[in-house]
Amino acid sequence: MQLSTVFIQLLNGVQYGMLLFLIASGLTLTFGVMGIINLAHGAFFMIGAYLAFQFTRYWGWPLPAAYAAAVLAVVLLGAGVERTVLAPLADRDHLDQVLVTFGLILVFDELVVIAWGKDVQPAAIPASLSGSVHLGSQFVYPLYRLVLAGIGLLCALGLYLLVAKTRLGMIVRAGSYDRTMVRALGINVTPIFSLVFGLGAALAAFAGVLAAPILSVSPGMGDKIIIIAFVVVVIGGIGSIKGAFVGALLVGLFDSFGKILFPSVSSLIIYALMAAVLIWRPHGLFGTA
Amino acid sequence: MSDNPILLEARALSKRFGSLAAVRDVSIAFLQGEVHAIIGPNGAGKTTFLNLVSGELPATSGALYFNGEDVTGWTADRLARGGLGRSFQHSSVFENLSVHENVRLAAQTQFPQAFGLFLPAERYAGVNRRVDEVLLDMALAASTAARAGEISHGEQRQLEIAMLLAISPKVMLLDEPTSGMSRNETLAMIEVLRRVSRQRTLVLVEHDMEVVFELADRITVLVNGAVLASGAPDKVREDAAVRAAYLGPE
Amino acid sequence: MIRPLGAIAAFGFIAVMSALPLFDSAYLITHSTRILIYAIMAMSLDLLVGYCGLVSLGHAAFFGLSAYTAAMLSARAGISNVLIGLPLSLLSAAAGALIIGVLTLRTDGIYFIMATLAFAQMLFFLANDSDFFGGSDGLLLLNHFRASIGNVVLFDLSEPTTRYYVVLAAAFATCIGLALMVRSPFGRVLQGIKSNTQRMRALGYPVERYKLACFVIGGTLSGLAGYLYLVLTSLADPSILNWTQSAEVLMMVLLGGMGTLIGPAAGAFVLIELVDQSSALTEHWKLIVGVVVILATLFARGGLAGLVGTLRARRLEAKPA
Repeated sequence: MQLSTVFIQLLNGVQYGMLLFLIASGLTLTFGVMGIINLAHGAFFMIGAYLAFQFTRYWGWPLPAAYAAAVLAVVLLGAGVERTVLAPLADRDHLDQVLVTFGLILVFDELVVIAWGKDVQPAAIPASLSGSVHLGSQFVYPLYRLVLAGIGLLCALGLYLLVAKTRLGMIVRAGSYDRTMVRALGINVTPIFSLVFGLGAALAAFAGVLAAPILSVSPGMGDKIIIIAFVVVVIGGIGSIKGAFVGALLVGLFDSFGKILFPSVSSLIIYALMAAVLIWRPHGLFGTA
Repeated sequence: MSDNPILLEARALSKRFGSLAAVRDVSIAFLQGEVHAIIGPNGAGKTTFLNLVSGELPATSGALYFNGEDVTGWTADRLARGGLGRSFQHSSVFENLSVHENVRLAAQTQFPQAFGLFLPAERYAGVNRRVDEVLLDMALAASTAARAGEISHGEQRQLEIAMLLAISPKVMLLDEPTSGMSRNETLAMIEVLRRVSRQRTLVLVEHDMEVVFELADRITVLVNGAVLASGAPDKVREDAAVRAAYLGPE
Repeated sequence: MIRPLGAIAAFGFIAVMSALPLFDSAYLITHSTRILIYAIMAMSLDLLVGYCGLVSLGHAAFFGLSAYTAAMLSARAGISNVLIGLPLSLLSAAAGALIIGVLTLRTDGIYFIMATLAFAQMLFFLANDSDFFGGSDGLLLLNHFRASIGNVVLFDLSEPTTRYYVVLAAAFATCIGLALMVRSPFGRVLQGIKSNTQRMRALGYPVERYKLACFVIGGTLSGLAGYLYLVLTSLADPSILNWTQSAEVLMMVLLGGMGTLIGPAAGAFVLIELVDQSSALTEHWKLIVGVVVILATLFARGGLAGLVGTLRARRLEAKPA
């Protein structure tokens, strides 16, 4: 294998990993801190992508406004979902949450089809970010993907700082470890939970907005990515941002290298990776027992 | 009593959580048939020590011997099968099942032939007889059909002991059996434990000094995870270090 | 012990189900067969989820293993004899459940859910991406599934009415067998494990062994459903291994009311009917099903069985003292 191929696959893996991280981080926080399994998290990703596409392509909004609006809309949607559907189930069995969020998947998937139809939407890379970058003297790499990876890394850094260095982050970490205790300490958890949920939704929507030009914007995109996101969360360990980051990178790299090294079983590789990690560490790489 | 053979022995058991040493080099020899109380201030490592002995937690170092056999590293269920039973500080019962079913699940372990796949559990008369015996013994017969999650706290503590009795253990590890009990309930529990201790070895972690001095043949004092003193109740009561650290001025 | 009303309802139900073929509707027979097959699968998952607390999102793996084994026997080795194919398919499902169980039961909680999903997805991609197993189109079979000893044909499962009665019998046997099992000492241990695993260990139960036994029994019954599915459709395609299939069966269990056996069987009926009827109504049937599922979860705790229980309790309260 040529060095250039290795390097390109490396970049591909990192870029895909960063995308996964944006989605998985919200998922791991929501489950670790709030104890909520949200299968419909992928819907935030999907709707973010669709809205960004709608705002830019059909309504001609400038990019920053369109992206911000898309993310904001999804956050509001997420807040609505959390208050009406998920909060009432907070004390019930996890299984009820699985069931209700599966129902949400069906609803959102169909709403998207009703609004935009079943075809793949032709989202394009923004003109200012199209084109390629010369890396070294030998090969080129799409600029957009580099930007995406960079933004993902920045977000990862931001999240890490938030969770590790701020008081809010400390509460989040404590809540991830022992939810009841945090409540018992008198800390009002409800606004914090809503904040965490909203942040998670925003990150997923942001991922959708960024991913729209390079993934296919279609009604099933949320379902496809949510499973991979769960795999990332499980590999990394539930409730751990560090775990989500490492897990996302591992999955991204295994996926991109798997596609060229073992093309016939490339889809299998991620699941084999997760199974192997769980056999070695039953609670993920950085999960608490 | 001190001529009795050693039934259970902890040798230099230690448990570290990262840099925190919860149990440090604790060695205690429990003699057959005795009631051995373990006391100490909050956070002394009593429950952690009990968890090490019962197999709930793996020890960082040290060894455990039961009946002369090295049982270090045995899992909780293996030790229980070997005759080491325990009760929990916070009642660990089957809340959604009836009191009868709680004890039945415990008693069933003693009847290996009663593990069928298709006959209803009620059909095994031997098991049911044992359950009724135990419930009568523990004054729980009246609540036999009640859901374990709905009985009073005192009754739940009694149920804890009932389940332990039902597995006919050789050694009973009791973690604060009278915690949260009223005075009357405590007195009743003391009598139960006194009766039960006649044929068994009891290791009793307790805060209630009355219970300790009523029942214990020997006492070990744990402070900061290590043994401060160990021996007959009078000797421990008189020990200056113990008085300074724990019992306070008299 | 058996309530008279319940006994009458049961007999009535059995009578109606047995008389179904008399209505002479090919659609009704095939449709009912399909519902019964999923009822078997749902009941087998209920053993895991409702009685032992093992939430598996990979139950389709054993369904598919069994179906594919039977399909491969038929397509590649020409074996369509039920007396040979069924035991081998069940064995394949049981073996799969044993291996996957040993590997996944090391975890718990959400990790266990995802681990079961991972293994099922691996099987899905294996079937989907390899030509040996028929690829994404699957294996379409042309042979007849018969039970024969030598040259004597005992019954022909390609005949819809015979097939219906065989599946009906299998469903009843599964229901009764599981009902007996959960009341047995073994079943009680499973329920104890679901209620308080730590306590079960402290009582001396080798919890891991029981969980594995439960997983294998449930997986084998899922395999039974898989074999019958293949007999019904003559097609083994990768979609039966996909995680969405596992999720749908889990939904049947939850909607019907987990831990009741009959509930999940009814849940299978309700979900299949709901999907079929709403897809006949509109192409946007997913919206209807999604909303129903959300409302049912929010307002009907314990699913269908829970509803029946509440109604019964209300009737008892209404009776004069």
